[in-house]
Amino acid sequence: MSVLVYLESEDNKFKKSSYETLSYGKALADMMETDIFGVVFNCSNTDSLKNYGINKILKIDNPDFNDFSAKKFSHAIVDILKSEKIEVVILSSSANSKFLGAYLSGITDSSYVSNVIELPKSLNPFILKRTCFTNKAFSQTEVNSDLKIISITSNSFGLIENLSDPVIESLNINCVDSNHKILNIEKETGSVTIADAEIVVSAGRGLKGPENWNMIEALAKTLGAATACSKPVSDMGWRPHSEHVGQTGKPVSSNLYIAIGISGAIQHLAGINSSKIKVVINNDPEAPFFKAADYGVVGDAFEIVPALIEKLKARK
Amino acid sequence: MNILVCISSVPDTTSKINFVDNDSKFDINGVQFIINPNDEFGLTKAVWMKQSNNASVTVLTVGEASVETTLRKCLAIGADKAIRIDCLPKDGYSVAKEIESHCNDVSYDIIICGRESIDYNGGIVPGLLAGFLDYNFVTNCVDLNVDGKKAVFSREMSGGTEISECELPLVVGSQKGLVEEKDLIIPNMRGIMMARQKPLDVITAKGISSLTEDKKFIKPEPKSEVKLVKANELDQLIDLLENEAKVI
Repeated sequence: MSVLVYLESEDNKFKKSSYETLSYGKALADMMETDIFGVVFNCSNTDSLKNYGINKILKIDNPDFNDFSAKKFSHAIVDILKSEKIEVVILSSSANSKFLGAYLSGITDSSYVSNVIELPKSLNPFILKRTCFTNKAFSQTEVNSDLKIISITSNSFGLIENLSDPVIESLNINCVDSNHKILNIEKETGSVTIADAEIVVSAGRGLKGPENWNMIEALAKTLGAATACSKPVSDMGWRPHSEHVGQTGKPVSSNLYIAIGISGAIQHLAGINSSKIKVVINNDPEAPFFKAADYGVVGDAFEIVPALIEKLKARK
Repeated sequence: MNILVCISSVPDTTSKINFVDNDSKFDINGVQFIINPNDEFGLTKAVWMKQSNNASVTVLTVGEASVETTLRKCLAIGADKAIRIDCLPKDGYSVAKEIESHCNDVSYDIIICGRESIDYNGGIVPGLLAGFLDYNFVTNCVDLNVDGKKAVFSREMSGGTEISECELPLVVGSQKGLVEEKDLIIPNMRGIMMARQKPLDVITAKGISSLTEDKKFIKPEPKSEVKLVKANELDQLIDLLENEAKVI
């Protein structure tokens, strides 16, 4: 029984999270003493995949799959499940992957386990560690489903290089009919998205107004980071809703999270807590965020942020 | 138009998270339960659709008698009737199966569930339901307009928003944006009084077995004290991030 990874791509390029899911899949396949397969929709250059231990690349090239659709992609994967013996399907934690994972488990009548952060503790019984209670606890979850579909939290496993010589198989899969049609996709202009970012620079009400976000964007640009904001900032319309991170906004699990002028309300912390390193810049030494942070600077953000940008630029 | 809103009753955000029975169960002692925030955005949207689409709104939860308080609150917010499927919820799979079984008896044009609950964070029930029922499905939904048998909706995705259309029936994974926080309805006295008269039906569960089980909960290690860096010594901060944390 093999392991199958869904390798998400966009504009003919794999997402970074695909390499992480593949690294996890390879490690799991080794544990299970089996092979690791990957399914690829309309991404022609698959060379980079062989750095992460893949055994077989299942390529679907069909314009009907140009736009992501949870239903169409799920049914295509079900076709693969009919011909290959698969025990575990691994996905990332991107919005599309989670959309796909839950629907796929519905049509295959199997379990879907999200927010997985480690390899299974044991294979029999199959026990996974996942985050729950919005990062305030972990659960050791036993999975008793023949087919197991799991999503890995981004940046939880990392990339593990592992050269392989994969077989490439082109699959001729028909797309299911659906009356669900995409009318338009509005892309955000920012260069790095929160979901893909290794570093997130986030700012709150302490910035005093939307006109002061230039320095936040400049800091993010210097670090190659995504920008984010707290809930009050998006509620007041200073920044778009898509930048809101926290319990009711987007979850963040970056390697580095820099919070500027954010006091650290419990709902905010809940959404960003799975980030590895947290840096807080705030002029209030009593701000609750300092209790959750790894590093802190007490002081005026309007002085610290420009100085930090200069120093980071000088370092390069 | 018939709308079903599936409600999860979850610990209030500020609750202390503790576990009992050898760390295998969540400790409900002293915990206040609320409507799962992602469900509440969906419920509010459904209540608006009573006006705009002449919809009838049913709320449903899978749970024991103690969750009826949460269902009464949903009725006070504006739902027309409530259903409780009587069993202790075990996992997302068994909950979705119980809901599916009800949806095979009563047909709904739109089924709304929060995109995920803030306790177990599974994010599984809406997708499972759509898969079981073979309905159209959108999650992370931030806009929904229904005209006759056609729905036009938006979902948040990484790096953008996707707008699409489909025919009903549709399962919606709701979140903030479908309505805004300021739009949430706080029940008034009249709503609370009326809620007492509205039907709350209890249905016997099918007793479907679960596929996953939380064997043990673990709390994170207590966090070590924050390392403070002086505002005029930012080189030290860069050094720590580069050489100690190794994140830049």
